[in-house]
Amino acid sequence: MNTTTKDAKGQSHAKETTKEKIIETVNVTKSFGGHTAVNAVSLTIFDKEFKSIIGPNGAGKTTFFNLLSGQMKPTSGKIHFRGKEIHHLPPHKRTKLGIGRSFQITNVFPTLTVLENVRLAVQGKHNIHYSMFRHYRYYKHLEEEALDALERVNLREKSDQPASALAHGEKRKLEIAILLALDTELLLLDEPTAGMSIDEVPQIIEVLENIRDQRDRTILLIEHKIDLVKHLSDSIAVLFHGKQLADGSPEEIMNNEQVQSAYLGGLYDDAEN
Amino acid sequence: MKTTAKETGTSYTNGNTNVLPEPERKGRLLDLKSLTGKRVTWIIILLLLFAVPLLITKNSYLFLLTNIFIWSVFAMSYNLLLGYTGIISFGHAMFFGIGAYSLALTARHVPSGEFGFLLAILLTVGICFVLSLIVGLLSLRLRDTFYALITLAVATIFVIIAEQWRSMTMGNDGFNFTATLSRDLFGFINLLDRRHVYYIALIFLIAMFLVLKRFIHSPVGRTLQAIRDNEERVASLGFSVLNYKLISNVVAGVMAGLAGVVYAISIRFVSPASVLGVEKTIDVLLMTVIGGVGTLLGPIIGAGVVEVSSHYLMGLANIHPIFERWVIMFGVVFILIILFFPAGIVGTINQKYKSKKRKGKSHE
Repeated sequence: MNTTTKDAKGQSHAKETTKEKIIETVNVTKSFGGHTAVNAVSLTIFDKEFKSIIGPNGAGKTTFFNLLSGQMKPTSGKIHFRGKEIHHLPPHKRTKLGIGRSFQITNVFPTLTVLENVRLAVQGKHNIHYSMFRHYRYYKHLEEEALDALERVNLREKSDQPASALAHGEKRKLEIAILLALDTELLLLDEPTAGMSIDEVPQIIEVLENIRDQRDRTILLIEHKIDLVKHLSDSIAVLFHGKQLADGSPEEIMNNEQVQSAYLGGLYDDAEN
Repeated sequence: MKTTAKETGTSYTNGNTNVLPEPERKGRLLDLKSLTGKRVTWIIILLLLFAVPLLITKNSYLFLLTNIFIWSVFAMSYNLLLGYTGIISFGHAMFFGIGAYSLALTARHVPSGEFGFLLAILLTVGICFVLSLIVGLLSLRLRDTFYALITLAVATIFVIIAEQWRSMTMGNDGFNFTATLSRDLFGFINLLDRRHVYYIALIFLIAMFLVLKRFIHSPVGRTLQAIRDNEERVASLGFSVLNYKLISNVVAGVMAGLAGVVYAISIRFVSPASVLGVEKTIDVLLMTVIGGVGTLLGPIIGAGVVEVSSHYLMGLANIHPIFERWVIMFGVVFILIILFFPAGIVGTINQKYKSKKRKGKSHE
């Protein structure tokens, strides 16, 4: 696949002249028994880029994320992160390299407090790993950083509640706060606004906009809300039935006939062949 | 006790398992008051416990209390696995047994009391460390059920060794080593004096409690509790889950081993059934569940309830032969406790206290 040429047409506000690859998949495939969830996808994400992955339900978007972050190992194909092969690494090692992710299904620590949820991410980021004889609050700065992350998603007042007491939308925000606190150079966001009420969504968009505008990290976003994707992304990749259907600037993707028919149906018969 | 003094200086307190970062807005004075109140209660309890041997002369009570202290440590170490890491072990008694047999064998074979005692501790720590590491490496990377089964298998191997290696362990009968226990260990400890053994067990319990408390509230301890909640997510935050579970396993193993050493001093007898059997693991499992899984004080309360109730239920056999089957009565006690304290005694009280506090807050 020659994705590079397509990506060179990235949107205007992608000012970086250095188009360095941050993560690259080469024919990455994941099969479950007879079902191929991700089929020979070769995708390149450039440094400091905001890229979105769209596709109908069951297109393999989340599976693709799981392959990038290490929750699953590919059946075949390779994944390079900054030129290094990573597809054999367990999740925690990939996080240390700089790949952080949020989950589509709310994935927090229910019995721990909201603050503690985020504080653990900061602790992980600062590599405070095997300290056994100091009180955890000795590391005061961890708590402050965690509170900052909570502030950004408007959850600071709830910091001393157990995470299980949060409403669904708030749990989604906590999920994002954890990712922000982890502070990795690549952020994988799996439907961050899923299940949020309409009045909560703008705030999350604002958080995402802020990260994008700082231009100091790379974001890969899975999202169904097309308006949101169009508005935020430098480039968009479309997955359909596990295959990569298209990859290009938002305008290209919106005008792509194949993409339109994928969303309107019609392509289903072709995909079977 | 240095650590407690230091800790109470800030906003968290002794024995409080949920050290939530409470915002210190209102009622700072009130907070301080309850803090000192708590401290005073603790000091009084400790003073009472230290005074017990002066007030009570009956050896059987001292013996009962001593054993409660030791079982508390054993149960606390089990709680580290079950309550703070979320893994079930069916072979935890092997560490306890290794400690007990180490002391028993050195007491019998090593003429110098001091050297034998130190050797027993060294052997226990060494063997438990290596064993827990190996068992953990074999099983902890798999699912938790495998860990439960592998610990059961390894523990059974130790039971069989103790039963079959007759020249060393006297097999199923076990052996008594009262006669060879040191009467002037380090010049001032008489291991045959119940009061001395009582103080050893009490100081041992306090030391282990403080170590565990610090461990639970260390960054590692906090990570373990997160693993209990959601293992996958901890990994995605960049923590090696396996390494953390190994740490927990090793700390719990060594702690159980040390409890075994002190237990052997107290009962002056070892046999596979009394210190190694799977039933011993079930006993600490019960103590932990009764007291409150994942609470610091729970195992101590649980050990107290189990030991005291079995002591008195056993005594009832003299009143009527129906009480010969005291284990059935104990079953009734257990069911009642689980009915009224579903999260264990300490766990349920904590929950009630917390929800009351939250309600109070929302009313303001």
